[in-house]
Amino acid sequence: MSGYRPEGIENAFAEDGAPAPASRPSGELPALGVVGWLRWGWRQLTSMRVALLLLMLLAVAAVPGSTIPQRPQDPSKVVEFFDDNPGVAPWLDKLQMFDVYGSVWFSAIYLLLFVSLVGCILPRAKVHWIALRARPPRTPRRMGRYPAQGARVYAASYTPAQVADAAAAHLRGRGPLPRFRVEQGTETSAGARAPEGEPGPVHVVAAERGYLRETGNIVFHLALVGLLVAVGLGQALQYRGQAIVVQGRGFANSVSAYDTFSEGPWFREENLPPFTMVLDDFTSTFTDDAMPVAKDFTAFVSVTDPAGTRLETIKVNHPLTIEGAKVYLQGNGYAPRLTVKDADGNVTFAGTVPFIPEDQVYTSRGVVKVPDVVTGEQIGLVGYLLPTAQLSAQGVRSLHPDLLNPVLVLTVWTGDLGLDDGVPQNVYELETEKMTQARTADGQPVTLMLAPGTTVDLPDGLGTLTLDDIPRFVALDLRHDPALTWIAIFAFTAIGGLMLSLFTPRRRVWLRVSTRSDGDGPARTVVETAGLARTDDAGLQPEVDALLAFLDTRDPAPDDRPAEDNPTPDDSPATDDLGETR
Amino acid sequence: MTTVGEMSDLLAWGTASAYAIALVAFAIDLSGRLGVRSVAREKALAAATPASGASTVATDVVDPAVRDTTSAGAVSEATARRAASLTSPWKAWSVSKPLAIAVSVSWMGLALHLAAIVTRGFAAGRAPWANLYEFILVGAFFAMAVFLVVQTRWEIRFLGTIVSGLATLAIVVALNAFHVEAAGVQPALQSYWLVIHVGIAVLATGIFTVAFAASVTQLLRDSRDEGSPMLASRRWSWLDQVPTAAQLELLSFRINAVGFVLWTFTLVSGSVWAEDAWGRYWGWDPKEVWSFVIWVVYAAYLHARTTRGWSGRRAAWFVVVGYACVLFNFTGVNMLFSGKHSYSGV
Ligand code: HEM
Repeated sequence: MSGYRPEGIENAFAEDGAPAPASRPSGELPALGVVGWLRWGWRQLTSMRVALLLLMLLAVAAVPGSTIPQRPQDPSKVVEFFDDNPGVAPWLDKLQMFDVYGSVWFSAIYLLLFVSLVGCILPRAKVHWIALRARPPRTPRRMGRYPAQGARVYAASYTPAQVADAAAAHLRGRGPLPRFRVEQGTETSAGARAPEGEPGPVHVVAAERGYLRETGNIVFHLALVGLLVAVGLGQALQYRGQAIVVQGRGFANSVSAYDTFSEGPWFREENLPPFTMVLDDFTSTFTDDAMPVAKDFTAFVSVTDPAGTRLETIKVNHPLTIEGAKVYLQGNGYAPRLTVKDADGNVTFAGTVPFIPEDQVYTSRGVVKVPDVVTGEQIGLVGYLLPTAQLSAQGVRSLHPDLLNPVLVLTVWTGDLGLDDGVPQNVYELETEKMTQARTADGQPVTLMLAPGTTVDLPDGLGTLTLDDIPRFVALDLRHDPALTWIAIFAFTAIGGLMLSLFTPRRRVWLRVSTRSDGDGPARTVVETAGLARTDDAGLQPEVDALLAFLDTRDPAPDDRPAEDNPTPDDSPATDDLGETR
Repeated sequence: MTTVGEMSDLLAWGTASAYAIALVAFAIDLSGRLGVRSVAREKALAAATPASGASTVATDVVDPAVRDTTSAGAVSEATARRAASLTSPWKAWSVSKPLAIAVSVSWMGLALHLAAIVTRGFAAGRAPWANLYEFILVGAFFAMAVFLVVQTRWEIRFLGTIVSGLATLAIVVALNAFHVEAAGVQPALQSYWLVIHVGIAVLATGIFTVAFAASVTQLLRDSRDEGSPMLASRRWSWLDQVPTAAQLELLSFRINAVGFVLWTFTLVSGSVWAEDAWGRYWGWDPKEVWSFVIWVVYAAYLHARTTRGWSGRRAAWFVVVGYACVLFNFTGVNMLFSGKHSYSGV
C-alpha cells in the first residue's frame, strides 16, 4: 500500500534530480518477524489512507448516538426504549448503543485516530523544523518546466548584479518580517558572457515563502491532541451537583447537600470550594401572547464564603462563578407550601413540595408523601398546580405561567408509600402498588382543589390539607471543570493553525540573470524567472509578474531596453485563467 | 396596514420570484451552449492525458522535478499541472444575453433578500436567525451572496443554475412549510452568541452550498469526459465548456476550505455558548452530533484530497456526502430529534 508521504519527506521542492523516496508497492509484505510486522503495522496506522478510513469510521460511528436514546443524556428515554423494543434493546445494550460516545468501539476509533495523528505529525514536525533552518533551494538551470515563468532582456548597463540586488530587495520586502527568505549567489555558466566577451558570473536569486503553512498544519494537529488530553483531564477532575432550592432556603456546597452529584475519578471532596447560598428571590417575565414565552428568569442569591456575604444574580446564559465553580440556573417552578393535619389536629406534614412544570404555561405536576402519620395508613397526594387556572366543561387548565389564579388539584391515595423498602424512590413519583385511591360514593376519584390560604378536608376523615402559599423554586446546577481554560486555548489554537495551513500560500521564486551577446550584437542582460507553488496557487504567476514589473522600475536606462525581446505580459504563460470576468 | 413582519414575508416571496427568473435565465444560457464543442476542452484533455491518472494530477501535489527527471516528461507534467490548476487557460464563459439577465436579476433578488432579512430582524427585535424558517432564509442568502461575489473574481457563472435553483427551492419550502411569525426568543437564546455562533453556521452553510455546486459540476463533467452514456447526449454538452474536472475540484476545495474554517468556528463558538447556557461545552445533543459528523466528513475530504487514489472524483463525493449532512443538520435534525437545540419553532 502506498502510504502517505509527509510533505517534508516527500520533499516536493527537492533539488533537481533528487530521487523520490520509494513507496512500497501495494501488496508487498515486509520481511517476516515480529519487529517487521510491528513496523509494518505502525507504518500502516500512520499512513494517510488509514487516517482517512478512521475519519470516515468516526463520522459513521457518531451517527447512532443521535437516533438511539443515550443513557448519559437521557436515561429515562432509554428505559422507555427498552419498554417499547424489548426484543432488540438488550442486544443494542450489549453493543453499547445506549452509550455510544463512551463505548469501547467509539473510543477505539478516536484513540487509534489520535495515535495515527501523533505518529504522522511528529516526524513531519521534525522534518519541518529542519526545513525551517534550511536555505532556499538552489536556482534551477532550466526554468521552462515550472508552472509560472517570466523573462526580460535589458540593456547591459543594467548589470546582473543590480538586477539581482533589486530582485532580492523586492522579494524580502520592506516589512520587519521578510516576505520571502532570499538567497543570492553567482554561478559561472558557459552561455554567459561578461561585457568584454569573457565568461561572466551568472547571478542567481532563490527565494521561498510560506513556511507558516506547514507550521500551521502541525500546530493544528497538535492542538487537536492537546484538546483531547485537556477534555480527558477535565472529565477526570470535574464534578457536578444538582440542587433544588426553594425561595428563602439555601444549601451548603458539600456533596451531601446536592440532590444528585457526579464526579470524575480524580475528584476529591476537599476540592469543593466552601460556600453557602440562599435563594432570596426569583423573578420571571413572560410575553403576553396566547402562548406565553419566557423573556427572562433571574435568581437573586446571597453567597457566603470565607470572604464574607455578597448578593449575586444568576440568569440563564449567565452562570455565577464561585472560585472556579459555575452555578447555572437550569430550571424553575413553583413549590407549594402545604400543611397536613390528621383528624386529631396533629401536624403530619408541613413543608414545600416542588411541582415540576410540564409545559409552557407551567402546568406543574407534584407528589406529596405523608409517611409520618400517627395512626392509620400513610397518605400520598398526586396532582397538578395550575398557575392561572381556568375552569370549563372539559375540566381545568392553566392559561399563563404567572400565579394569576393558582389552583392546586390533587387526588388522594392511602396505604403503604413503600418508603421503608430501602429502595431509593423517585420523589416525583408515587408508588401506588400498595395504595388505594380515595373515591367518592359513585366511584369517581376524589379531587381536591385548593387556592392559596384555603384548607380542605381530606376524604374518609383523614384530616385536613392547607395550601399556605406558593413560593418559587429553582433548579441549580453546579459544575467545576478545571480544564476549561486549556480546552479553550487548544480550540482557538487549532482554529488559528487551521487558517494558517489552509490560507498561507507557499511559493518559491527563482531568478537567473546573465549577460549575453549572440554573435556580434550588443551585450544584454537576460533575466529568467520561475515560480513554483506547493499547492495550486492562483497568485503564483502574478507574483512572478510583479517581480519583473519591479525590476523594470529599477532599470537605469529603460529607453535602451531591447523591446523586441520582451514579451508583453499578456503573452506570458498561464495568465488568462478562470479569473477576471470583468 | 401590513406589519413589518408581513413586509418581510412579501419581500421573501419577491426574492424567490427573482431567483426563479434567474434560474430560468441561467438554464436558458446553458441550453444555448449545447453542441458547441470547445477547443479548450480538447486541449486540456490532451494535455492532461500523459500524466498518470489524468484528473488526479492537480490535487496529488507533486513537483515535476521530483516525479520525473527527464525533460520531456517533466514538461508534459508541468503542462498537465497547469491544465489542472485554477490559473491555467480555459475558455472564458462567454456572456450571452440570458446570462447577463440572470446575473442582474440575481443581484436584484439578493437586494430583496437582504431587505427581507433586515425587516425580519426589526420585526423580531433580534438577529434574524433564530428558528428554522430564518435559518433557511439566511442560509439561502449567504449561498447566493457567496456565489455572486465570487463570480466577480472567478468565472463561475456556470454554477448559477444549481445555486439559484437551490436558493429558490429553499425559500419556497421555508415560506410554505416552516414559516413562523417573527417573535422574540426565550432566555437561553438571548445572547450575543446567537449572532456569532448561528450567524457563522448559516454563513458556512451558504459557502458549502456553492462548493457543493462546484463538486456536482465536477462529477458531471468528469463522467462525461469518461464517456458515461447517461451524460453523452447533446443535452449535457454544455459541460464541455465548463472548466476541467480538476479545475472544478480545485475551485470546490478553495470554497470548502473557507467553509470548513467557519464550520470549525461554529463548533467552537457553539461549545463556548453551551458552556454558559447549558452548563456543559459538549453533550452529544443530536445537533452537536451532526455538526461533529459534518466536521469530520469535511476533514476526511481534506485528507482525501492529499491521499493517493482518493483525490479527484472520490474527494468530490465527500463533498456531496458532507453537504447532504449539512442539509440534514439544518432540517432533519430539527424535525426528527428532540434535543437541546429544539428552538427552531417546528
Ligand atoms: C482527529 C483527527 C484529525 C483531524 C480532525 C484532522 C484534520 C485535518 C484538517 C482539517 C486538515 C486540513 C488542514 C490542511 O490542509 O492543512 C488536515 C490536514 C492534514 N492532516 Fe489531518 N486530521 C486528523 C488526523 C490526521 C492524521 C491521523 C494524519 C496522519 C496520518 C493527518 C495528517 C494530515 C496531513 C499530512 C495534512 C496536510 C495535508 C496537506 O498536505 O494539505 N491528520 N487534517
